[in-house]
Amino acid sequence: MTQLPASTARKMGLVIDLDTCVGCHACVISCKGWNTENYGAPLSDQDPYGADPKGTFLNRIHSYEITPDEGTAQLAHFPKSCLHCEDAPCVTVCPTGASYKRVEDGIVLVNESSCIGCGLCAWACPYGAREMDAAEGVMKKCTLCVDRIYNENLPEEDRVPSCVRTCPAGARHFGDLGDENSEVSQLVAERGGFDLMPEQGTKPVNKYLPPRPKQDHTPKGDIDLLAPLLAPVSEEPKGFLGWLDKALDALPGAEKNN
Amino acid sequence: MAPVQPVLDTSPKVSDEIRKTTCYMCACRCGINVHMKDGKVAYIEGNRDHPVNRGVLCAKGSAGIMQVNAPSRLRMPLKRVGPRGSGEFEEITWDEALDLAASWLEPVRRDNPEKLAFFTGRDQSQSFTSFWAQGFGTPNYAAHGGFCSVNMAAAGIYTMGGAFWEFGQPDWERTKLFMLFGVAEDHDSNPIKMGLGRLKERGAKVIGVNPIRTGYNAVADEWVGITPGTDGLFILSLVHCLLKAGKIDLHYLAQYTNAPALIDPDTGLLVRDNDGKILVADRAQDGKLTPFDQRGVQPDLSRPDSVMAKIAERYLSDDYAPEAVADRTGIPADRIRKIAAELARTAFDEAIELDQPWTDFRGERHKKMTGRPVSFHSMRGISAHANGFQTCRALHVLQILLGSVEVPGGFRFKPPYPKPPEAHPKPHCKVTPDSPLDGPHLGFVHGPEDLALKPDGTPARIDKAFTWENPMSAHGLMHMVISNAHAGDPYKIDTLFLYMANMSWNSSMNTGGVMEMLTDTDDNGDYVIPHIIYSDAYSSEMVAYADLILPDTTYLERHDCISLLDRPICEAEAAADAIRWPVIEPDRDVRGFQTVLVQLANKLKLPNFTNEDGSAKYTDYADYIVNHQRKPGIGPLAGFRGENGDQSGRGDVNQQQIQKYIDNGGFWVNHIPEEAQFYKPWNTAYQDWAVGMGIYDSPQPYLFNLYVEPMRKFQRAAEGHGDRQPPDHLRAQIIEKLDPLPIWWDPADDNKGDDYPVTALTQRPMAMYHSWGTQNAWLRQIHGMNPLYVPTKIWEENGFAEGDWARVMSPHGEITVPVAHMAALNENTVWTWNAIGKRKGAWALDEKAPEATKGFLLNHLIHELLPAKGDGLRWANSDPVTGQAAWFDLKVRIEKSWAPVEAQPAFPSLSSPVPKGTKTIFDGD
Repeated sequence: MTQLPASTARKMGLVIDLDTCVGCHACVISCKGWNTENYGAPLSDQDPYGADPKGTFLNRIHSYEITPDEGTAQLAHFPKSCLHCEDAPCVTVCPTGASYKRVEDGIVLVNESSCIGCGLCAWACPYGAREMDAAEGVMKKCTLCVDRIYNENLPEEDRVPSCVRTCPAGARHFGDLGDENSEVSQLVAERGGFDLMPEQGTKPVNKYLPPRPKQDHTPKGDIDLLAPLLAPVSEEPKGFLGWLDKALDALPGAEKNN
Repeated sequence: MAPVQPVLDTSPKVSDEIRKTTCYMCACRCGINVHMKDGKVAYIEGNRDHPVNRGVLCAKGSAGIMQVNAPSRLRMPLKRVGPRGSGEFEEITWDEALDLAASWLEPVRRDNPEKLAFFTGRDQSQSFTSFWAQGFGTPNYAAHGGFCSVNMAAAGIYTMGGAFWEFGQPDWERTKLFMLFGVAEDHDSNPIKMGLGRLKERGAKVIGVNPIRTGYNAVADEWVGITPGTDGLFILSLVHCLLKAGKIDLHYLAQYTNAPALIDPDTGLLVRDNDGKILVADRAQDGKLTPFDQRGVQPDLSRPDSVMAKIAERYLSDDYAPEAVADRTGIPADRIRKIAAELARTAFDEAIELDQPWTDFRGERHKKMTGRPVSFHSMRGISAHANGFQTCRALHVLQILLGSVEVPGGFRFKPPYPKPPEAHPKPHCKVTPDSPLDGPHLGFVHGPEDLALKPDGTPARIDKAFTWENPMSAHGLMHMVISNAHAGDPYKIDTLFLYMANMSWNSSMNTGGVMEMLTDTDDNGDYVIPHIIYSDAYSSEMVAYADLILPDTTYLERHDCISLLDRPICEAEAAADAIRWPVIEPDRDVRGFQTVLVQLANKLKLPNFTNEDGSAKYTDYADYIVNHQRKPGIGPLAGFRGENGDQSGRGDVNQQQIQKYIDNGGFWVNHIPEEAQFYKPWNTAYQDWAVGMGIYDSPQPYLFNLYVEPMRKFQRAAEGHGDRQPPDHLRAQIIEKLDPLPIWWDPADDNKGDDYPVTALTQRPMAMYHSWGTQNAWLRQIHGMNPLYVPTKIWEENGFAEGDWARVMSPHGEITVPVAHMAALNENTVWTWNAIGKRKGAWALDEKAPEATKGFLLNHLIHELLPAKGDGLRWANSDPVTGQAAWFDLKVRIEKSWAPVEAQPAFPSLSSPVPKGTKTIFDGD
């Protein structure tokens, strides 16, 4: 079994805004593209043009429909990848030390040369965030683009995970969640960011920002408040023209030579 | 085990080289960085410098590598050897292919060029393909706008000289209330997502109006689950509320629109002076009639004969009161009032001002720019109905009444828009054997005199665009070409030449019928449509129905220009255009279609491609892009012109132009001066900038058309005035439907809505673009299935359970398909993802692929004609103004079915002209 570090210098992770995520899958494919070419074995695809295509993805989007007791049904898009937990059960369950959590930034990684493909870690992860690559027989998971975020061959602004760089709606944020002054920590504080399944005791580093309340239904009071905005200027079309005449006179700069 | 951290190389080499070009995974045209390793494409990301996407990239864009490696790519020119529709071909050389094409086209051009119908689908090079067709001399040219969103484009241009998408955008940085009506999610893919993200960040409110709550509507703060086809009625009810409360921008209406124009009571035409200028009653001169453009004029809106009075008379009617429209639209009256009140509050109580002086076209200097921070966006959802043109018009009228077009916080045009409708070409259709056409094919008509009719009054074009059936069909009617050609109505053709349009599958109504038309033979056993040439990069369903296939390259293997002459990539703040260039060379014997057209033009010696000495002007498309001049100094690319590449807009040809674009990241941008950023149609600084840029030859200020006078001219003809007269059976339709002020009618009536009470819609998923996505190994793992989504009410009524199938019946046909429950859906609407269903044998997919076994098309339920009304006539299933295909008027009935082996109807498998794909992909190859 593998030990977790007592603490990590930083807690690098993602903050994902469920109020903004439109479910476009840009992050899913960008991740697939980067990680097929980079850290560890490529992400393979089985039967890619066949009856049951199945490939390895480190990040997937699930869509959930929520039907409240009162009010209109809603659809929430929920991107999910490794949450880089502080108490990561996938690490402690690993028999070879292949799964580990980095002391410097808290990123949970798989050292593929030690991975025997036993799959215990995927079983231990309550989030289903790990996938065994069928071609290579090693466990794959989000690396938080450890090969991007410090990469001196990339321009500084690009040293973020591929999913963050590509997200068209800007729903994905990256930073140090161990630093309460970081932009991501402040976003979490302002928006009530939450842990996924906190009852599991995994202390995920990644946080989700909840959807803002919808305004599909109008409380009666709101209609009353808005009503003066629509007070009629006249009940008759002819009266409307009379109002127009007066209103035109009242426009700034209006002058009538009569 | 104690943690032993391996030493990682956290700075691995990313790639050997980045090549910057333009994406073509949808029509959005983002800038991409293509990372190369060992001469191969390794990874694609967004280009941070690019004006469209500023670094971000959608799923399709990032999956481009799998499109470039797709097994469905065609490999050689193909000549049909089996019967049409079988998919049996032999590979031939390019010389043979071009000889064969020329052997069909030469006699057509010599004797009767109209016997070529050349339609180019989702073409991004229309200024070039139309130039080719013009040189050939056929009037029969258009791209896919007629079956896509011509209503949105035409209504915008006729009303306000520009439209949504590539013509304009919301002022994302300043708008406070954004309303989104029925959107195809590739229009405009990344910019809309970026904009929504920015609105969320700024705390602006988003209202989504759509029967289906997915995607953008899922994140909208407020969702209006409207009944399909009733958007126009809802919008006009908002107009009713705003007018009634006087919440309209009077200064804006008086100064910048034709609201103060006077309507001649006898003709319904606008009162003009001898120079043709619109006259207004000037309040500064005691009501004296004065040309609208005079300095100091204060146009009166309150005259009873003004356009404004006509608007008040019509929309103040109780017919448009929220209570009167609530049932039909499915939106409670209170909700309509609340949205109207929010629009009013945001536009007027929360108005913004920029400290930016500007000068209007009348010579008045303004100290500030006033803004109405409400904005709108819309696309196919409201336009693909028979009432779509008038609905789009209604939306623009709402925007204009609020004074929210081309102002801070509102909707902004992108160059080359704004552009008055009169500045566009008119349609041309005069055919002369062995000669070019007399002008551009497509354009904007301004009265019966501009229709594309032959001297005997019959349609000049095979698609019957610009005829009395649909006079203002600015993009043509690609969806009518095959059925008209098959029927020989208005005439027979010899060769059908198509590019990038899957007309035997997801791009046609009545798909099964179209397959029969394409394969039908006459009494001699000859095909009714004698020759079909098709160009596509991939093994699509349409390939099987052609006699000659000209295989195109993928988008990373070709030259292209995203031109200001065409559908550019400008932003509201800047003019921009872009190129594609071969970042890899094809590994197959394929050629860019545009280069093939140059080669065909040279073979046929088309005059516009040939020098006076008989030599060819251009060797290939890249040569054309650099050296073609539409007018002196104006070419396909506006950037890096002049000998030294330092001129923008206008300038001499620069032989280094393409290299300059490559060096600049694949695009060119020229920013609009600060003073010219808003009020562009009336802003002298903008007009002068646009002239300098070559967008106009002279300043073109104009008024927005709340009242569209050309529509009144068609009505007048239908009332019996003038020489050019419609056939009698169309008079009533023209008088009723070509109303110069927006109207609404219920298309359900013509689609047997009483017997078929449910509307069936399609949406395009964000991760797919029409039929292209399915061949992509990564994207098909996201959307490999398309159940019919059924709302709770219909789900429960039928006792559906997960895994069930349903029979879906329309007046035209029937399909049997898998169903899935969805609660966030209008209760009388079902829907599915567009173009996931595939025919067996196409796209190099396995025949057991779910797309081919469970996937389906709604197209089988839709006919190009409406159900018979019993009047002895068959009416088109399209908008009577523009001819736009009314896909979204489809009405159906639904009932539970036994589960069939596969979705019905099922068609025989096509022989695949390409081998099947590999069983495993290891590293993107």
